[in-house]
Amino acid sequence: MMIRVLIGSGSLLILGGLAAPPDAAAQMPEESCVSCHSAFGDAPLGEPVQAYAADVHAAKGFGCVACHGGDAEDPGMSAMDPAAGYIGAPERDEVVLLCGRCHSSAQFMRRYNPALRVDQVAEYRTSVHGQQLLERGDERVATCTGCHPAHSIKPPSDPNSSVNPLNVAETCGSCHADPEYMAPYAIPTDQHEKYSESVHWQMMSEEGDLSAPTCNDCHGNHGAAPPGVGWVGNVCGQCHSVMAELFGKSFHARVFAMLGNPGCATCHENHDIGRAGDELLGLGEGAVCGMCHSEGDSGGEVALGMRALIDSLNAHYEAADSILAKAENAGIEVSEALFGLNEATTALVSARTAVHSFSLDSVAEQVEAGLAATSTAYARGEEALGEFLVRRLGLAVSVAIILALIAGLFLKIRKIEQLT
Amino acid sequence: MERDAVSERAAGPRQSRRGFVNWLLGTSVGGLLLAVLYPVTRYLIPPETAESTAATVTLSIRPEDVAPNSAQIFRFGNQPGILVRTPAGELRAFSASCTHLSCIVQYRDDLGRLWCACHNGHFDLNGRVVQGPPPSPLETFVVNVRGDQIVVSRDA
Amino acid sequence: MATIKQRFSGVWAWLDERLDLAVLREIAEKKEVPVHRHTVWYYLGGMTLFLYVIQIATGILLLFYYRPSAEDAYESVQFLMAEVHFGWLFRSIHAWSANLMIFTAFLHLFSVLLLRAYRKPREITWISGVLLLGLAMAFGFTGYLLPWNELAYFATRVGTQIMEAVPLIGPYMATVLRGGDDVSGATLTRFYAIHVAVLPMLTTFLLGLHLFLVQKLGMSIPPDVEREGGAKGKMNFFPNFLLRDLVGWLTALAILAALAAYFPAHLGAKADPFAPAPAGIRPEWYFMFMFQTLKYLPAHILWFEGEAVGILGFMLAALILLIVPFLERRSGRGEPSRLFSWIVIGVIVYIVVLTYLGYAAEPMA
Repeated sequence: MMIRVLIGSGSLLILGGLAAPPDAAAQMPEESCVSCHSAFGDAPLGEPVQAYAADVHAAKGFGCVACHGGDAEDPGMSAMDPAAGYIGAPERDEVVLLCGRCHSSAQFMRRYNPALRVDQVAEYRTSVHGQQLLERGDERVATCTGCHPAHSIKPPSDPNSSVNPLNVAETCGSCHADPEYMAPYAIPTDQHEKYSESVHWQMMSEEGDLSAPTCNDCHGNHGAAPPGVGWVGNVCGQCHSVMAELFGKSFHARVFAMLGNPGCATCHENHDIGRAGDELLGLGEGAVCGMCHSEGDSGGEVALGMRALIDSLNAHYEAADSILAKAENAGIEVSEALFGLNEATTALVSARTAVHSFSLDSVAEQVEAGLAATSTAYARGEEALGEFLVRRLGLAVSVAIILALIAGLFLKIRKIEQLT
Repeated sequence: MERDAVSERAAGPRQSRRGFVNWLLGTSVGGLLLAVLYPVTRYLIPPETAESTAATVTLSIRPEDVAPNSAQIFRFGNQPGILVRTPAGELRAFSASCTHLSCIVQYRDDLGRLWCACHNGHFDLNGRVVQGPPPSPLETFVVNVRGDQIVVSRDA
Repeated sequence: MATIKQRFSGVWAWLDERLDLAVLREIAEKKEVPVHRHTVWYYLGGMTLFLYVIQIATGILLLFYYRPSAEDAYESVQFLMAEVHFGWLFRSIHAWSANLMIFTAFLHLFSVLLLRAYRKPREITWISGVLLLGLAMAFGFTGYLLPWNELAYFATRVGTQIMEAVPLIGPYMATVLRGGDDVSGATLTRFYAIHVAVLPMLTTFLLGLHLFLVQKLGMSIPPDVEREGGAKGKMNFFPNFLLRDLVGWLTALAILAALAAYFPAHLGAKADPFAPAPAGIRPEWYFMFMFQTLKYLPAHILWFEGEAVGILGFMLAALILLIVPFLERRSGRGEPSRLFSWIVIGVIVYIVVLTYLGYAAEPMA
């Protein structure tokens, strides 16, 4: 009886257009939709039923009627009577509204996942996808089901989900990496290929670090759009906050904005961001400063100066490390000195960060701190190797004693043999 | 014995040479014994750090020297560690090498977090990453207080 | 002076009364060493014995700090090398003395072969000596793993894999030796037990037998010296020969100290069973000629695996070596055996050349 009442109210709501959310509990019993459609097996009319079993909505108790309308209690074809609220497969532009019925309602969503955002549709309207679809009527762009496949929607935390961080690039790439599909839009299609060579994808795929960014971390997901040239630094700064802050305060930030250079991406690229190394700095091969500066101009001098400082710290670090390794290998205790060398690591990393202020002084400050640590460590290494001298002295004394003993033995043997 | 005494009187210069040989032998045997016994004795006396520093370290910090909501860096072998007393008064120890690029982390008493200044990485007082680029949590050590000694060891 | 001597003879008399030391004195006085152009080779046995004593002494010292487990072994050796006073010295001497001991043992073996000292009645002395060399190599093989560093780990892995190629019993032997299907912490514990308990016990027994027989049978005079009219003369073992021995031993000690000070034993990186094998893994030099031979063998010889044939070949060679006194009987009858000398020289050349190739050729993958 209870069930009947609920179903009644559910049908009513759907009849009222795609206005109000359905009620999950209404769909609990086996539906007539499932019993008929499962007879199609793998065929197009049977496939949604099979796939839906693993859908997050099914797990929460929603059935077919929640989206498609109709009367799941009616065992005959009349179940799909538009009069019973049946809408069939929604059109592309309808999908957004259909999903939004529930997902835009804070009251409704609170009952299932209070932490879930409810602004997806609002965001979507601001996205390039949304504007193409809703304003220009372009049906080829992504809507909800483009990324969250209808009938097999899974939460992002599920590794099998199309929107799990590891799968996002593939999902976006299914359109954006297809030159034929993207042809009408005249935008590049090499983003996925470039991204798959980036340090970010390497971190994610090889190191399993799911906090590394994928497409949506920079472009937004429901509000997907290219970050504006002026604020790309804010995007990168979400994680690389120290660099972004230093860069933001630097002269470069203003000049880049004036020239229309895309902040971080000017030197670090956008999709194929590589592991940043010291080779990016200076005017030599692979150095990015050389794109604008040259030897003789003041910027070029600073670039060379910063590179020289970092190289010198690097070289001193290597020297200290190798002398300590040598001592350690010889069995001399140098852990204290190696411990001190950790400070140089910190200074080196900080100096590389300080490069983003483009100020020779702030790099020099870090490098000097590092050089102090390396020179202490190196001196300790030398001191430790000095223990070799002590060892050799000990050896010399022992060998002298042994030689004296051997000489004594020779004399003794001669004496004994003279007697006999 | 008898013969020794006789030959002593009979051959003076030869005797003095013989005395020299015996002196040389005696002295150098003694020297050799010393040269062997000295290293052996030093070897058998346990060194100051009585245990391998690979798994356990006894800190020179006394428990009362670490106030609540503060921390101190210590040496674990050749790696830095950080000993934190939480605002609640509990002692915890972590590797102080940031998991991002090995900078030394510090304690921020204003945030109650471990913080790496190099790239603004934040860790909570369980070593977990809260913010910033570090890819993995800080290694956690076991802290034991034995009288006024703090013993930090790696998880077995 | 006199009082010390008096006191000493007092102690001697006291002990003599209870232990019958006169017998020892008699043995010492009676024992003689023949003097001829090959006398120098007589020193090699004593030298090997001296180095073995060094091994025991330094080995016992190392036991004070060593911890035989996969978790602790490397760290304890590191601690020993870096923190313990003179730890580097004793470990380095142990390592160097092991190598020198096996080297002098090889020299001793070949000198005995070429001088025909194995002939009747010294067959048992010979057999015990060959077994002792085998034990020395086993000492080397098991001891190499104990620091649990990368090179040792992978060398042991390859070494025990080679053993698996022995038909029928090979896999079983390797499993028992390793305590499992691969080199692991269990292997370390086993090697430790073998290195510090099993092998020393066997060595004590065989060495006792070897020395007893040397004492009982005296020094062998080479047949060609005898054919030329015998030894020039004799030398008292005590003190004349022993003092010369001492000179050799002291020289060896000085060399060991110098090697330890200038070329201390390295430790390298800790073994990581899951890491790929590093380049440049080599067995200890005394296994190199065998290792290199196996490398040169084709994958298949007739219907058998090349490696298995090679190993069976070396086992057969060891067996032949063991029963040399029963195979080569001409010199026992006092007849010259030129062919045998050439075979021995051929074997020496083979070992030297293959060892050289092992180091000159690129390291194993």
